[in-house]
Amino acid sequence: MTRAAAEPEKAAPVDAIDLRKEFEAVDIASVLAQLDKELIGLVPVKTRIREIASLLLVERIRQKMALASTFPTLHMSFTGNPGTGKTTVALRMAGILHRLGFVRRGHVISVTRDDLVGQYIGHTAPKTKEILKKAMGGVLFIDEAYYLYRPENERDYGQEAIEILLQIMESQREDLVVILAGYGDRMEKFFQSNPGFRSRIAHHIDFPDYADAELLAIAELMLDEQNYRFAPEARDAFVKYIAARKTQPLFSNARSIRNALDRIRLRQANRLVSTLDRILTSDDVMSIEAGDVLASRVFSADAGARRDRA
Amino acid sequence: MRVTQGCFSFLADLTDAQITAQVQYCLEKGWAVNIEFTDDPHPRNTYWDMWGLPMFDLRDAAGIMKELAECRRVYGDRYIRICGFDSSHGWESVRISFIVNRPSEEPGFRLDRQESTGRKIRYSTHAYAAGRPEGERYGGS
Repeated sequence: MTRAAAEPEKAAPVDAIDLRKEFEAVDIASVLAQLDKELIGLVPVKTRIREIASLLLVERIRQKMALASTFPTLHMSFTGNPGTGKTTVALRMAGILHRLGFVRRGHVISVTRDDLVGQYIGHTAPKTKEILKKAMGGVLFIDEAYYLYRPENERDYGQEAIEILLQIMESQREDLVVILAGYGDRMEKFFQSNPGFRSRIAHHIDFPDYADAELLAIAELMLDEQNYRFAPEARDAFVKYIAARKTQPLFSNARSIRNALDRIRLRQANRLVSTLDRILTSDDVMSIEAGDVLASRVFSADAGARRDRA
Repeated sequence: MRVTQGCFSFLADLTDAQITAQVQYCLEKGWAVNIEFTDDPHPRNTYWDMWGLPMFDLRDAAGIMKELAECRRVYGDRYIRICGFDSSHGWESVRISFIVNRPSEEPGFRLDRQESTGRKIRYSTHAYAAGRPEGERYGGS
């Protein structure tokens, strides 16, 4: 067994490859279809992922034809507002890369500054290296990457972590794909102060905010997954809720929607329990009424704000 | 004299691709892999120095191979072995251990015979290399 492993299969370079067969063999079509189905909106992101997938497919064929000279750089940066699906897409990305054979295991290690940067001198390097070792063969997802760099404190250990990261990103491109994520403007500043990062990242993908209709579709998808559904009036109420919530501070797209749905479920359960002497049908437990939505604090705050202005 | 300890030691030295395959096997079994080194080749020397900590929760052999390369850079003139530790209940011990690096020249062992009471003879093996202090045994640093 070890003998076979010693000589990695070096098939003779081929001249012609059936593109369709190759495309079906790696089965990225199903990953992309799943991406389309499960992620609402995000058209520019999906287009970009499709492009990357095509590029990698071609790269794979070129490797088989012995035309590829170097391993492609796959490090990416995802920028966008909170709750726009960066983490979800990163997970999918790992799947795509794994199917195409650009990462060996396809797992995702999701970290933030705390996981990489140590607390005292000499603590950072082993900590960062440990994480990097764990991520090898997969994807290292660094959320809110700009926190790594703290210009206001020159003795900050973040710089050390950055240097190790950059070194590994360059020297072990075939072992590890790094995805940096964060809010657009702060990532921009981060890249400005760390030009090494920008040049080592091949794909910058910007995640747009969701439109109201998309947020509603997301809400319905989330409810459907949990076996709930909006009653028609509740749906209208939720449309109003989205519009109202968007104007308020700390709106974080799909995450706000998920939290709102959690609270709506809470109110629905409360409503059901408040009248005990009745027979519940499955329809009752599944449906969310307009009252459950309209009781939200968002509406009162909205009304309050309007009253203030008036 | 070639030291034969652990798995695969009667085979030719493993290539890096073969080591990678073995390490990957360990990882897929869920064992924690660690790297150890020594310059005392005596077979009863079971406690080798550890290169860093055992590596838990790794998925791919690349991380360990990177550490091995680093260890070879520093202690390339010593014996280095890779161990796979199985922490599952009932085992809780090293499941595999194999040498991945050895000094370019292995002088071997001297056999000492000691006549004892009666016609009893005590034997002891003595590594020639162990005559010199630790760290200078294989012409290294």
